Amino acid sequence: MSLQISQVLDARGLSCPMPIVKTAQAIKPLPSGALLELLATDPGSVKDVAAWSRSTGNAIVEQSADGGVYRFVLRRK
Amino acid sequence: MTTATLEAPARRPIDPLAEAIADIEGTPETEPVAVEAAEAPVKTKELVIVNWSGDLDKVWPVLILSSTAAASGVHCKVFVTFWGLLPFVKDERRIVGETWMQKMLTLMQRPGIDHLKLSKMNFLGMGPWMMGTLSRKYHVASPRELLEAATALGVEFVPCQMTMDMFGLKREDLIDEMGEPAGAATAIELMTGADASLFI
Repeated sequence: MSLQISQVLDARGLSCPMPIVKTAQAIKPLPSGALLELLATDPGSVKDVAAWSRSTGNAIVEQSADGGVYRFVLRRK
Repeated sequence: MTTATLEAPARRPIDPLAEAIADIEGTPETEPVAVEAAEAPVKTKELVIVNWSGDLDKVWPVLILSSTAAASGVHCKVFVTFWGLLPFVKDERRIVGETWMQKMLTLMQRPGIDHLKLSKMNFLGMGPWMMGTLSRKYHVASPRELLEAATALGVEFVPCQMTMDMFGLKREDLIDEMGEPAGAATAIELMTGADASLFI
Protein backbone atom coordinates (compact mmCIF):
# COMPACT_ATOMS: atom_id res chain seq x y z
CA MET A 1 0.00 0.00 0.00
CA SER A 2 1.53 3.28 -0.99
CA LEU A 3 0.54 6.52 0.70
CA GLN A 4 -0.61 9.53 -1.24
CA ILE A 5 2.00 12.10 -0.20
CA SER A 6 0.90 15.71 -0.85
CA GLN A 7 4.25 17.33 -0.18
CA VAL A 8 7.82 16.44 0.68
CA LEU A 9 9.81 18.63 3.06
CA ASP A 10 13.56 18.16 2.89
CA ALA A 11 14.99 19.30 6.23
CA ARG A 12 18.18 17.27 5.88
CA GLY A 13 21.18 19.04 7.33
CA LEU A 14 19.11 21.39 9.47
CA SER A 15 19.52 21.53 13.23
CA CYS A 16 16.96 21.92 15.98
CA PRO A 17 14.48 23.60 15.89
CA MET A 18 14.32 24.21 12.14
CA PRO A 19 12.95 20.77 11.08
CA ILE A 20 9.97 21.37 13.42
CA VAL A 21 9.59 25.05 12.50
CA LYS A 22 9.65 24.22 8.77
CA THR A 23 7.28 21.27 9.26
CA ALA A 24 4.76 23.53 10.98
CA GLN A 25 5.04 26.05 8.15
CA ALA A 26 4.78 23.37 5.44
CA ILE A 27 1.78 21.51 6.91
CA LYS A 28 -0.28 24.64 7.60
CA PRO A 29 -1.55 25.30 4.03
CA LEU A 30 -2.34 21.60 3.38
CA PRO A 31 -5.96 20.42 3.63
CA SER A 32 -7.02 18.31 6.61
CA GLY A 33 -6.01 14.68 6.11
CA ALA A 34 -3.23 15.47 3.62
CA LEU A 35 0.11 13.77 4.10
CA LEU A 36 3.44 15.54 4.47
CA GLU A 37 6.69 13.63 4.16
CA LEU A 38 9.53 15.00 6.28
CA LEU A 39 13.17 14.07 5.78
CA ALA A 40 15.62 15.05 8.50
CA THR A 41 19.13 14.21 9.65
CA ASP A 42 18.92 15.75 13.12
CA PRO A 43 18.88 12.74 15.51
CA GLY A 44 16.88 14.86 17.96
CA SER A 45 14.04 15.00 15.43
CA VAL A 46 12.94 11.47 16.40
CA LYS A 47 11.87 12.66 19.85
CA ASP A 48 10.96 16.15 18.69
CA VAL A 49 8.62 15.14 15.86
CA ALA A 50 6.82 12.80 18.29
CA ALA A 51 6.45 15.62 20.83
CA TRP A 52 5.30 18.03 18.12
CA SER A 53 2.76 15.45 16.93
CA ARG A 54 1.36 15.10 20.45
CA SER A 55 1.21 18.88 20.93
CA THR A 56 -0.46 19.68 17.62
CA GLY A 57 -2.53 16.56 16.96
CA ASN A 58 -0.99 16.00 13.53
CA ALA A 59 -0.44 12.24 13.46
CA ILE A 60 2.72 10.35 12.51
CA VAL A 61 1.51 7.81 9.96
CA GLU A 62 4.87 6.29 9.11
CA GLN A 63 8.36 6.57 10.50
CA SER A 64 11.67 5.07 9.41
CA ALA A 65 15.41 5.63 9.62
CA ASP A 66 17.84 4.81 6.87
CA GLY A 67 21.53 5.68 6.86
CA GLY A 68 21.19 8.66 9.20
CA VAL A 69 18.13 10.03 7.41
CA TYR A 70 14.91 10.03 9.40
CA ARG A 71 11.70 9.89 7.43
CA PHE A 72 8.30 10.78 8.83
CA VAL A 73 4.91 10.79 7.14
CA LEU A 74 2.63 13.21 8.93
CA ARG A 75 -1.12 13.57 8.51
CA ARG A 76 -2.54 17.07 8.70
CA LYS A 77 -5.08 17.35 11.50
CA MET B 1 -29.02 -9.42 41.56
CA THR B 2 -27.97 -8.34 44.98
CA THR B 3 -29.61 -5.65 47.02
CA ALA B 4 -26.54 -3.54 46.48
CA THR B 5 -27.12 -3.35 42.75
CA LEU B 6 -30.83 -2.82 43.23
CA GLU B 7 -30.16 0.07 45.50
CA ALA B 8 -27.39 1.43 43.35
CA PRO B 9 -27.97 4.91 42.04
CA ALA B 10 -28.30 5.41 38.31
CA ARG B 11 -24.56 5.84 37.96
CA ARG B 12 -21.77 3.41 37.30
CA PRO B 13 -19.62 2.75 40.39
CA ILE B 14 -16.21 4.29 40.16
CA ASP B 15 -14.10 2.29 42.60
CA PRO B 16 -12.29 -0.67 41.03
CA LEU B 17 -13.74 -3.28 43.37
CA ALA B 18 -17.32 -2.21 42.73
CA GLU B 19 -16.51 -2.06 39.04
CA ALA B 20 -15.22 -5.63 39.10
CA ILE B 21 -18.35 -6.83 40.88
CA ALA B 22 -20.50 -4.95 38.44
CA ASP B 23 -18.67 -6.59 35.53
CA ILE B 24 -19.58 -10.01 36.86
CA GLU B 25 -23.08 -9.29 38.10
CA GLY B 26 -24.09 -6.70 35.58
CA THR B 27 -25.10 -3.13 36.27
CA PRO B 28 -28.55 -1.65 36.12
CA GLU B 29 -29.43 0.29 33.01
CA THR B 30 -28.13 3.80 33.39
CA GLU B 31 -28.81 7.01 31.61
CA PRO B 32 -25.97 7.83 29.23
CA VAL B 33 -23.83 10.45 30.94
CA ALA B 34 -22.96 13.38 28.72
CA VAL B 35 -19.23 13.56 28.11
CA GLU B 36 -18.43 17.16 28.85
CA ALA B 37 -14.73 16.94 28.09
CA ALA B 38 -15.39 16.01 24.48
CA GLU B 39 -17.81 18.89 24.02
CA ALA B 40 -15.64 21.63 25.54
CA PRO B 41 -13.24 23.24 23.07
CA VAL B 42 -9.58 22.52 23.77
CA LYS B 43 -7.93 25.66 25.11
CA THR B 44 -4.82 26.72 23.22
CA LYS B 45 -1.79 26.54 25.48
CA GLU B 46 0.10 29.74 26.18
CA LEU B 47 3.76 30.41 26.78
CA VAL B 48 5.09 33.78 27.88
CA ILE B 49 8.80 34.54 27.79
CA VAL B 50 10.35 37.66 29.26
CA ASN B 51 13.35 38.48 27.11
CA TRP B 52 15.44 40.55 29.48
CA SER B 53 18.93 39.97 28.14
CA GLY B 54 20.57 41.24 24.98
CA ASP B 55 23.21 38.50 25.07
CA LEU B 56 23.56 36.14 22.13
CA ASP B 57 23.44 33.06 24.35
CA LYS B 58 20.15 34.19 25.88
CA VAL B 59 18.32 35.79 22.95
CA TRP B 60 19.11 32.73 20.83
CA PRO B 61 17.26 30.24 23.09
CA VAL B 62 14.40 32.74 23.47
CA LEU B 63 14.00 32.70 19.68
CA ILE B 64 14.42 28.90 19.49
CA LEU B 65 11.79 28.30 22.16
CA SER B 66 9.33 30.91 20.93
CA SER B 67 9.45 29.75 17.30
CA THR B 68 9.16 26.09 18.36
CA ALA B 69 6.25 26.93 20.67
CA ALA B 70 4.41 28.63 17.82
CA ALA B 71 5.24 25.69 15.53
CA SER B 72 3.76 23.35 18.16
CA GLY B 73 0.48 25.23 18.24
CA VAL B 74 1.29 27.06 21.47
CA HIS B 75 0.32 30.73 21.59
CA CYS B 76 3.59 32.47 22.43
CA LYS B 77 4.20 36.01 23.56
CA VAL B 78 7.60 37.51 24.30
CA PHE B 79 7.78 40.54 26.57
CA VAL B 80 10.95 42.39 25.57
CA THR B 81 12.58 44.51 28.24
CA PHE B 82 15.88 46.11 29.37
CA TRP B 83 18.90 44.94 27.34
CA GLY B 84 16.61 42.51 25.57
CA LEU B 85 15.15 45.37 23.56
CA LEU B 86 18.34 46.29 21.70
CA PRO B 87 18.39 43.19 19.42
CA PHE B 88 14.96 44.26 18.15
CA VAL B 89 16.15 47.63 16.88
CA LYS B 90 16.06 48.00 13.08
CA ASP B 91 19.25 47.13 11.19
CA GLU B 92 19.79 50.60 9.77
CA ARG B 93 19.65 52.25 13.20
CA ARG B 94 23.24 52.36 14.39
CA ILE B 95 23.02 54.79 17.30
CA VAL B 96 19.65 55.38 18.89
CA GLY B 97 18.42 57.56 21.70
CA GLU B 98 18.02 61.26 22.23
CA THR B 99 20.47 62.26 24.94
CA TRP B 100 24.25 61.69 24.81
CA MET B 101 23.96 59.07 27.52
CA GLN B 102 21.35 57.08 25.62
CA LYS B 103 23.48 57.33 22.49
CA MET B 104 26.53 56.17 24.43
CA LEU B 105 24.65 53.04 25.52
CA THR B 106 24.02 51.96 21.95
CA LEU B 107 27.57 52.90 21.01
CA MET B 108 28.84 50.49 23.65
CA GLN B 109 26.27 47.82 22.78
CA ARG B 110 25.52 47.88 19.07
CA PRO B 111 21.79 47.23 18.55
CA GLY B 112 20.30 44.83 15.99
CA ILE B 113 19.78 41.07 15.77
CA ASP B 114 23.15 40.47 14.04
CA HIS B 115 25.30 42.18 16.68
CA LEU B 116 24.74 40.18 19.83
CA LYS B 117 27.51 39.55 22.33
CA LEU B 118 28.09 36.49 24.48
CA SER B 119 27.37 36.72 28.21
CA LYS B 120 30.69 34.99 28.82
CA MET B 121 33.80 34.38 26.72
CA ASN B 122 33.02 37.34 24.52
CA PHE B 123 36.74 38.19 24.10
CA LEU B 124 36.14 41.36 22.07
CA GLY B 125 33.90 39.52 19.63
CA MET B 126 36.06 36.43 19.24
CA GLY B 127 33.51 34.27 21.12
CA PRO B 128 30.48 35.32 19.05
CA TRP B 129 32.51 34.90 15.84
CA MET B 130 33.41 31.34 16.84
CA MET B 131 29.79 30.65 17.81
CA GLY B 132 28.64 31.96 14.43
CA THR B 133 31.18 29.83 12.58
CA LEU B 134 30.22 26.71 14.54
CA SER B 135 26.51 27.34 14.12
CA ARG B 136 26.92 27.66 10.36
CA LYS B 137 29.03 24.49 10.25
CA TYR B 138 26.34 22.58 12.14
CA HIS B 139 23.48 24.28 10.26
CA VAL B 140 22.01 25.89 13.34
CA ALA B 141 19.62 28.65 12.36
CA SER B 142 20.90 32.14 13.18
CA PRO B 143 19.00 34.50 15.48
CA ARG B 144 17.91 36.41 12.37
CA GLU B 145 16.47 33.29 10.68
CA LEU B 146 14.74 32.28 13.91
CA LEU B 147 13.29 35.76 14.39
CA GLU B 148 11.87 35.64 10.87
CA ALA B 149 10.40 32.16 11.53
CA ALA B 150 8.99 33.25 14.89
CA THR B 151 7.21 36.30 13.50
CA ALA B 152 5.96 34.30 10.49
CA LEU B 153 4.49 31.70 12.86
CA GLY B 154 2.71 34.38 14.86
CA VAL B 155 4.90 34.87 17.93
CA GLU B 156 3.94 38.22 19.47
CA PHE B 157 6.72 40.48 20.67
CA VAL B 158 5.69 43.09 23.21
CA PRO B 159 8.24 45.87 23.84
CA CYS B 160 8.51 47.40 27.31
CA GLN B 161 7.41 51.05 27.24
CA MET B 162 9.54 52.01 30.24
CA THR B 163 12.73 50.61 28.65
CA MET B 164 11.92 52.40 25.40
CA ASP B 165 11.61 55.68 27.32
CA MET B 166 14.81 55.08 29.26
CA PHE B 167 16.83 54.17 26.16
CA GLY B 168 15.16 56.94 24.14
CA LEU B 169 13.80 54.40 21.66
CA LYS B 170 10.84 55.31 19.50
CA ARG B 171 8.37 52.81 18.05
CA GLU B 172 9.88 53.39 14.59
CA ASP B 173 13.37 52.49 15.89
CA LEU B 174 12.12 48.95 16.53
CA ILE B 175 11.47 46.31 13.87
CA ASP B 176 7.99 46.46 12.34
CA GLU B 177 7.08 43.03 13.74
CA MET B 178 7.08 44.37 17.30
CA GLY B 179 3.64 44.75 18.85
CA GLU B 180 2.26 47.67 20.84
CA PRO B 181 4.45 48.74 23.77
CA ALA B 182 3.18 47.82 27.23
CA GLY B 183 4.23 47.93 30.88
CA ALA B 184 4.89 45.67 33.84
CA ALA B 185 1.20 45.19 34.67
CA THR B 186 0.66 43.80 31.18
CA ALA B 187 3.66 41.49 31.64
CA ILE B 188 2.23 40.23 34.95
CA GLU B 189 -1.18 39.66 33.39
CA LEU B 190 0.42 37.74 30.51
CA MET B 191 2.56 35.61 32.83
CA THR B 192 -0.18 34.74 35.32
CA GLY B 193 -2.59 33.88 32.52
CA ALA B 194 -0.16 31.64 30.65
CA ASP B 195 0.43 27.91 31.09
CA ALA B 196 4.14 28.53 31.44
CA SER B 197 6.33 31.58 31.69
CA LEU B 198 10.08 32.03 31.47
CA PHE B 199 12.40 34.87 32.36
CA ILE B 200 15.51 34.65 30.21
